Amino acid sequence: MGPITSRLMALESRRGWPVFLALTAVAAVLIPVLHVAVPATSLFHVPDYMLSLLGKYLCYALLALAMDLVWGYAGALSLGHGAFFSLGGYCMGMYLMRQIGGRGVYGNAELPDFMVFLNWKELPWYWWGFDNPVFAMIMIAAVPGVLAFVIGWFAFRSRITGVYFSIITQAMTYALMLAFFRNEMGFGGNNGLTDFKDILGHPMQAQGTRVGLYVASALLLAVAYLLCRFIVTSKLGRVLMAIRDAESRVRFLGYDVTAAKLFVFTVSAILAGVAGALYVPQVGIINPSEFSPANSIEVAIWVAVGGRGTLVGAIIGAFAVNGAKTWLTGAMPEVWLFALGGLFIVVTLFMPKGLLGLAGQIRTRIREGAPVARKHNA
Amino acid sequence: MHDKAEGSILYLDGVSVSFDGFRALNNLSLILQKGELRTIIGPNGAGKTTMMDVITGKTKPDHGDVLFDGQVDLRKLDETRIANLGIGRKFQKPTVFEHLTVFENLELALKGERGVWKTLFFTLPSADRDRIEATITRIGLTGKGAMRAGALSHGQKQWLEIGMLLMQEPAVMLLDEPVAGMTDHETEQTADLILDINRDRSVVVVEHDMEFVRRLGAKVTVLAEGSVLAEGSLDVVQNDQRVIEVYLGR
Repeated sequence: MGPITSRLMALESRRGWPVFLALTAVAAVLIPVLHVAVPATSLFHVPDYMLSLLGKYLCYALLALAMDLVWGYAGALSLGHGAFFSLGGYCMGMYLMRQIGGRGVYGNAELPDFMVFLNWKELPWYWWGFDNPVFAMIMIAAVPGVLAFVIGWFAFRSRITGVYFSIITQAMTYALMLAFFRNEMGFGGNNGLTDFKDILGHPMQAQGTRVGLYVASALLLAVAYLLCRFIVTSKLGRVLMAIRDAESRVRFLGYDVTAAKLFVFTVSAILAGVAGALYVPQVGIINPSEFSPANSIEVAIWVAVGGRGTLVGAIIGAFAVNGAKTWLTGAMPEVWLFALGGLFIVVTLFMPKGLLGLAGQIRTRIREGAPVARKHNA
Repeated sequence: MHDKAEGSILYLDGVSVSFDGFRALNNLSLILQKGELRTIIGPNGAGKTTMMDVITGKTKPDHGDVLFDGQVDLRKLDETRIANLGIGRKFQKPTVFEHLTVFENLELALKGERGVWKTLFFTLPSADRDRIEATITRIGLTGKGAMRAGALSHGQKQWLEIGMLLMQEPAVMLLDEPVAGMTDHETEQTADLILDINRDRSVVVVEHDMEFVRRLGAKVTVLAEGSVLAEGSLDVVQNDQRVIEVYLGR
């Protein structure tokens, strides 16, 4: 067995691999089958709304995974990951807008509706190429990646860490939100990009397209998880954890801290961009509110709730918090923000390792606590 | 210009550093020969830690020359470059990576490729695995390789940090208070370890513990108010009138 093969085998433990494969099979095969092949009258049928909800959650989970890579392992709390997610989403949105062609309200094959409305005469240069799905896919990774690289280069080189890094990234997403709200930017302003017709030649509303997008989200989440595992189980992963624990000590060991952080921040931003690109066709719209600072903060809460520095925890957190959000905003909409705030406080105070850590805490309690309790009874 | 620097491993000449008007180092000059063991003592605020900061690139001097191996100008390099040149440093407060195991701490310190791609695809050769195991034994942590560094005692963390320096195979080791918080027995073991290490490389030890300094039996440099007050064997400096004044107050 070559060194790379054994590295790949070691991405998960002996017990971890079957769990990973089983969960991937449930998400990418079982749920779509229950949606398509089981009749709507059956108890086991996965209805339309459930499939699209799960698809959304998968994208959020991918975003949370990206966040955990940079926060949980390298210790850099980015409060701007919503921006990378939105930029990936906008790149996808631009491709989808170009696919509308002459089918818009104004019937203009050359320009999207909002440009016709604003009396624009020609397509701005930065829209060039988005007719091409391959170009769009490259941009989905490149735009968030390059932005993260540039911001990270300035921040990490100047040794900006901790809360200052959080503030800078938060300011970045806020600035982008304000910029994208402007009509002059050429991204549809307030309304954003919507009214998509088809993707890669398939109509957006068709069942096959929606199932395809859902399956793509599930598979990409699985691949991204393995990629992140590859990074965190490598020696580079241990360098990152060392940076998280004692950054200056790592410098005295001779490692280039800036390069390591820059690498992981850029990879993380690309993953966030891919998540956004999968999200947009499934919800049918992208607008500047996705850049809002609150969105990025929510991502940090998902990761904290699930348990940071574990990758699995980020995915669990994204599903748990968004599941609670869907339920609460339906049942008691006015309570949701208080619940979210309360959740963050409870997790920070009592569950520093999140839901995953809680499971471990309970297990040790049971193991060590039981004899003590018996002693008290006697 | 640097005739005196010839044959030296560390050469500091006329080094001054000020922080907001406070002169932490004041025209400090010190020469460490290749293979030498040197202890540095001095009251609090004498500039011992600042001197190490200057050598390792954490602080840039306002004036003066800092040379490594008689020729490399350390003032122009950052911490990472200086570390890779062959200057290892143990901090006053033991700094190990608490969430990593003893083995992983040593693996990170292991001399070798430091680049992002190289570390991403790195696999540990079995020869290096053996070297790490040997170091674990040498620093008295046999059987604790899989233990998280955060769970070690204070003294064990000091040893782990010395072990990490050994893995870097530096030409010079700078040890800032290596026996702080150790029991007498641990202090003795540490002295023996340092003497053993000194057989292959130059070592600079900053320490307050006079018993320990005596046990090392090396040339002593006394710092006070940012410059060298006296230099010589421990007996000579201990009988130096100025040193007594500095330590006992006037």
